[in-house]
This record gives sequence, structure tokens and C-alpha cells, in this order.
Amino acid sequence: MAERTFRVWRGDAEGGEFKDYAVELDRGMVVLDALHLIQAQHAGDLAVRWNCKAGKCGSCSMEINGRPRLSCMTRINEFGSDELITVRPIKTFPVLKDLVTDVSWNYDQNKRIKPFKPKKKDADGNYRMMQRDVERVQEFRKCIECYLCQNVCHVLRDQDRKDAFVGPRFMIRVASLEMHPLDVEDRVPETRDELGSGMCNITRCCTDVCPEHIQITDNGIIPMKERVVDRYYDPLLWLLRKITGSGKKKASIDSES
Amino acid sequence: MSVSELQTIEHDVLVVGAGGAGIRAAIEAASQGLSTGLLSKSLLGKAHTVMAEGGVAAALGNVDSRDNWKIHFRDTMRGGKFLNQWRMAQLHAQQAPDRVRELEEWGAVFDRTEDGLINQRNFGGHRYPRLAHVGDRTGLEIIRTLQDFCIHKGIDTHMECTALDLLLDSDGKVAGLLAYWRETGRFVLFRAKAVVFSTGGGGKAWRVTSNSWEYTGDGLGMAYRAGAEMIDMEFTQFHPTGMVWPPSVRGILVTEGVRGDGGILLNNKNERFMFDYIPERFAPETADTEEEAQRWLGGDRDARRPPELLTRDVVARAITREVKEGRGSPNGGVFLDIASRRPADFIRRKLPSMYHQFKELAEIDITEEPMEVGPTLHYFMGGIRVDDDSQQTCVPGLFASGECAGGMHGANRLGGNSLSDLLVFGKLSGDGAIEYANTLDSLPDVDEDRVQELMRAATAPLNREEGTNPYLIQEKLQQIMQSCVGIVRNAEDLQKGLDELEELKEETKTVKVHASAQYNPGWNVALDLPNLIITAEAVTRAALVREESRGAHTRTDFEGERDEWLQYNVILSPGEGGRLEARKEERKDPPEDLEAIANATLEELEAENDG
Repeated sequence: MAERTFRVWRGDAEGGEFKDYAVELDRGMVVLDALHLIQAQHAGDLAVRWNCKAGKCGSCSMEINGRPRLSCMTRINEFGSDELITVRPIKTFPVLKDLVTDVSWNYDQNKRIKPFKPKKKDADGNYRMMQRDVERVQEFRKCIECYLCQNVCHVLRDQDRKDAFVGPRFMIRVASLEMHPLDVEDRVPETRDELGSGMCNITRCCTDVCPEHIQITDNGIIPMKERVVDRYYDPLLWLLRKITGSGKKKASIDSES
Repeated sequence: MSVSELQTIEHDVLVVGAGGAGIRAAIEAASQGLSTGLLSKSLLGKAHTVMAEGGVAAALGNVDSRDNWKIHFRDTMRGGKFLNQWRMAQLHAQQAPDRVRELEEWGAVFDRTEDGLINQRNFGGHRYPRLAHVGDRTGLEIIRTLQDFCIHKGIDTHMECTALDLLLDSDGKVAGLLAYWRETGRFVLFRAKAVVFSTGGGGKAWRVTSNSWEYTGDGLGMAYRAGAEMIDMEFTQFHPTGMVWPPSVRGILVTEGVRGDGGILLNNKNERFMFDYIPERFAPETADTEEEAQRWLGGDRDARRPPELLTRDVVARAITREVKEGRGSPNGGVFLDIASRRPADFIRRKLPSMYHQFKELAEIDITEEPMEVGPTLHYFMGGIRVDDDSQQTCVPGLFASGECAGGMHGANRLGGNSLSDLLVFGKLSGDGAIEYANTLDSLPDVDEDRVQELMRAATAPLNREEGTNPYLIQEKLQQIMQSCVGIVRNAEDLQKGLDELEELKEETKTVKVHASAQYNPGWNVALDLPNLIITAEAVTRAALVREESRGAHTRTDFEGERDEWLQYNVILSPGEGGRLEARKEERKDPPEDLEAIANATLEELEAENDG
């Protein structure tokens, strides 16, 4: 198959530039294949993160012709035969080298979320949950932590407010716990106060780039925002809570266990 | 640089490898209050466990109440052609259900039965639906559950940090290891009382493999150099169904769950060829007509299982033969068809990753067309030899679990038994390491000269004026193993492979890497090569010693299982003059109670559930 040129960003935290590499392609190749050819033939030190090469581990996120993608799932024949393919690291996190960025901030956010806290087991030692009740949580748990959603979130990318918002990945992580049929932790206060749910202005950019097609905004962030609003900003509920003293979510589950 | 200037990190227990086994081991060690470090070559949560698709095997009996640990044990021994370490197979079958339930307690969300329990699916070699699963992304669910649990347990996770070699004290016991940060290329010295290797296999020595860049036999190479033994290395599992087209994705895994959920294998004459390959041992439990297989799919409990669900070694060999005899698909595989067997929405719900994988990488809609599949190097049954209960190697203070440890699976691993293996033995290796670490009052001393020597060797490729490209050496290695140590082997090819490996070892001594050590994949490949080559050599030597065909090891010059070979495992250890030596070692007699279970009829074992 034909030779093709790739324009790849090379550099580190100090700065860098685009360099062109020409490689001979085989049928069906993805962008990551081309980067591997560049490593083997031209630039052995080209830094790229990758693991599974099948869209399951979320390691090889980068920006390909301006779009945040997994390079292992981006087929080269998607692009016109005379279109230049330009590859650069994801923008929202600091570059370590070439296409590799420092994503450790994300790991720190995960630690801020309170751990799963299950209710008691049934007398026979099992938990019982119905399939229909776990499906929405399973949707969030499909997340492969590629951080493409974090990369395109305006709050993190353009406003650089990593101090105020954990980003879409961790909003659906907290949603996956909040909506978990077994979890008894009250997560609404931390969602507002710690994780910064109010910062999201629902532009759905995160949902657009999710390689797992998770409905991050509609199924995760908006319901979490609604729970915050119900708890803190609904005057009727506020009054009711004042009178009855109730208001802890999942009261019914607590009383069952 | 002097050793005193070197960054030094101290732990009671250091776990190397952050896949399922490693994280599970670290959780165990940290839960006992020991200072625990977890070394990860990649970012946390990216290890190969994430690729496991079909499920985790455990005799929960949620879908078919006739199941129990004894039947799981019996299936595992039969699948392993009775070469498994009996005690390991017992511990595995007995403890897997608790390890799976524990994951649920830690937040895992498995698919449910109609009664709301953990659902279980059929898989090759398992008598009953036994694999707890989440669609076809079970590995992701497991690693994420372990990851999210472990971050609150006080474990120090050292990400993108690669181990170079073990360090022993003057008594020969483990004192720590030297590693480097991939980000900077700087060395770091870990001192520890006990080290657990959970480093996975060495699939990267083959060209067609489901393994990623990480699977370079690091644990095997390091353990061997420290004096540990390897066992059963001739048994390398070729998963029957890897993608074959397009060429760039050749080898990527297609889950056995496709067959578990009803998929069938067809040759280019549209024949369901697996009916022609049913081994005698499994004939009484396998459907011999399409009509019976169809009834099984429909849920008839009296119907026997379809032959597509025979063990992986059998299916991989059958596919190889069909292709060789001219009945293969256009791109050198066979057809795997679920489109004509299940409705489109069922396929998309139960096999979503497969649907997307084929749609995006091969432009094929698996709800409408068959897939093209062929064998791909997937898993090492063999590995570092460990004590059945403690998982300790013969090097004091060194433990191993998960794929890099050997003995549990014998000659062939059943699908679903790797996720259960890494949970069960991950925990046990953590327990073993705790017990050992608690016997030491202080950290053993590190040999500083050895540290210096390792640093010099590691930086040598960066300092050479000229030499061989490490990527080319790796490619050569993959060609050698693919052509000389494939699914079907013979003495001549194996010997040729060994000769070529010797040449490659020499070439590796002159490997040259460009640019600095800072996040330099070329340097990383160069440093992985010695481990990968030891691993490849171990497989080849063991394969040459075992003169029979059993499980995943097929010799054209020694066809069929030979009874006398049932008495031996092949052991590899450092021999005279630093050469890798392979020898046959007589197996211990099986415990009577376990032998009785392995030979019992299903009816006898099922009856115990009623008692």
C-alpha cells in the first residue's frame, strides 16, 4: 500500500515542534500502527502510551487532525488520500514527552471520591440486584479512563479550573456509586462541595468524544446536578426536611439493611 | 552515580505488576498493615486484565445448581490434561466463589440472573454455566473494582516504573530490586522484605499475539536470574479466535463468549467442522449432532454441549488443520458465526465490545456477517514455580502469582480460569508475603556492587556509538518464535529456533538506542529484550524435552498423549555456566481424595449438592 506522511508533535515540557515522517502502510492500519512504524524505522524514542490496541484500555488518547481520539481505533482510511494527518498530545494535561502527557491529576481526583459503601448482604450471603436496576450503573462502568472527556471539558481545558471541578470522568464515577443499588453513602454534599458539579455548563463535548458512547451528560452529570438541586435548592423539600428532620437519601435502603 | 545518592524507597512488601493478581496481592498485604508498594509498568488500570472479556470462573451455582467446586476442579484437571498441580487446582476451585463475591462487596456490578444473583455464562470446558461476567468486558470490571478499592488502602502505587532486576542479600534472600522511572529514565532502588511478581506472561515474543508491549516475561527473566525455577513452559496457549483481518489487527482477541453465547465455527464449505474433532475423553459429554447442539442452545438441560465449546487447545488445533487442508477463510482463518444464531439486539447487548471492535477495526457488522478468526498466542500456562499454598519460589522472599506463576493450569487453561486464578492466587501470594515479611526484623542489605553493575548495563545501549536497532531484534525474535515454536512443533524446528535464539542473544549485546533515557520506548524495548529472550528460550527448551502431544503442546514427531509423560513436569533452572537447563521431574502422587474427585462421574459429584 501507499506511503503516507504523518506530522507528529515532538518535544517536552520545555517546548517542541511538528516533524514529518513518511511510512509505508499496510491494509486496515490505524494511526497507532503508523506511530509504531515511525518508532521502528525513524524515531525509536518517539514517546507514545498504548497497551491493548483494541479500544479497551484507554491509554493511547491523542489529538488527530484536531479531534481527540484513541489512536488505536482511528483508521487511516478515514482520511482523504491526500489529507495530511497531524498528531499531537491531548492539550489539557502537561506534556511529558512527545505524545505522552502527565495525567496523574486524574488519579488524584479519584482518591477524593468516598469509597463504595455497601449495605448488608442477604441472610444467605448474597446480594440481590435486578438487571434493570444495574444497567445505568453498568453504562458508567464501561469507562476505560482514556480521559478524552477530561481533555475536551471547557472547565478543565479552556478555563483551567482543575481546582474547582473534577471533570466528566469523575462525575460519572460518583454517579456510578450514587446510583449503585447497594451503595448507602450520601454523595450529594460531596458532589456539590468537593467535586464541583455546578461548574459543568452542559455543553456535552465530553459525551461527543466518549469512545464508549457513554451518555455522560444526560445520564450522569444532569441527574447528579438534579440531585444537588433537589437537596439544596428546592424550597418545598427544604421546608419538609426542616419539619421532619429527614432528607438523607436512600433512607429506604438504610432501613432495609 | 553512587548508590547512596540513588533514590531509595522502602517497603515491607513490594508487588511488581498491577494487573488483577498484583493489585489483589497488594490489597492483601496492605490490609494487614504492612507498608506495601505496587510497581506498575503502565498507568494503573491499563494492565492486560482489562482485556479479559468472557468472565471469571467460579462454581457459584447461580444458574445451574448442580455445580460445585469439585466439578470445577474436575473440569480444570481434565482441561489441563492432568498435569496441573493438584493442590493449586483445588485451592482455586474452592476459593474462587468467595473471591468473586468479595468483588461484589467492593463494588463490582456483574450481570444478573432473573432472581437478581450474579449471572453466569457457558464457556469452553466448563460443565455448567460458570463464568460471572459483565457483557464482554469482565476484565475491565474486575481491574477497575480492584483499582478503586486499592486506592483507599494506603498502598503506594509507583506508576510507569519498570523493574530491571532483583537484588539479593549475602544469604541469597530477596533484598529488593532496581527499577527505573519511564518518565525520566532515572533509576530507583526499592528495598523490601518480600517481593511478589505478578508480571504476566511473555506473549510479545510471538508475532501474532493478543498481548501488548508489556508482556515481555519480566518476572520470568528476573526470577530465573535470581535462581528461581520455571515449570510447564512448553504449554503456551494459542487462543483459537483472534482477528485475522485486516493484517494490522491480526491477533487481537475475539472472546470465547461468542461461542459460549451460541456462536459456531464454519469452514469455507460452510461445514460445522468441530464435530470432526471431538477427543475421546470428551465424547461422552459433547453433542455429536447439530440437532443436539441446537437443543443445548435452546436450554435443554439434557442435551450435551456443542463441540465449539471444547477446550482451547482442541479448537485451536482444529482451526489450524482446516486452514492447512485448504478449507480456511479467504484471509487464512475460519468463520465464526453468531449472526445467524442470535438476534441482533442480543448480540449487541451480550457482546458489545466485539460488535464495536469488528465494526471499527474491520468494517464488519457481526450481527449480519460471520467473523474471520484464527489462533493467536494468548497465555502462558507455565511460569515461575511456586509452593502450592504460599506461592513462594525457591528464592527466599520471592513470591509469584497470576500468569507469571506456573502449575495451576497444567497443559491447557480453561477460559475464565485466569481471572479466578489471579484473584485466588493474588490473595494467597499476598498472604504468603505477609507471613514471610513478618519473620524478618529489618530490611535485608542490598549488594551495592550489583546495583552499580545493573545501572551500567542498563545505560550501555544509550552510550554505544553504533549497534543494532532494538525494534529489529524484537521483530526477529517474533519471527523465530512464530515459525519455530508455533501451535504445531517438531524437534528440527525447535532446535533451529534455539540456534537462532543464541545468535539473537549475541546481537542483543550490541543493541544501540538513540536519544536520552527520558520516556524513550526504544530504550524500554532494549531493556525488555533479555527477559523476553530468556522466556522464549525457556518455552523452546521445554517444548523440545516433552516428547509427546498434550494440551497446548503439539509435536508432529510425537503425536498423541503418552502415558509415561503424565508422570513428569518439565522444570527449567539455571544450570552449569549460566545456561538454561530443562529437565523432566517426576510428579508427586496425587492426594487420594483429589484423584477420586477427578475420576468421579458427574452424577456422583452432582449428587453431593442434594446431600
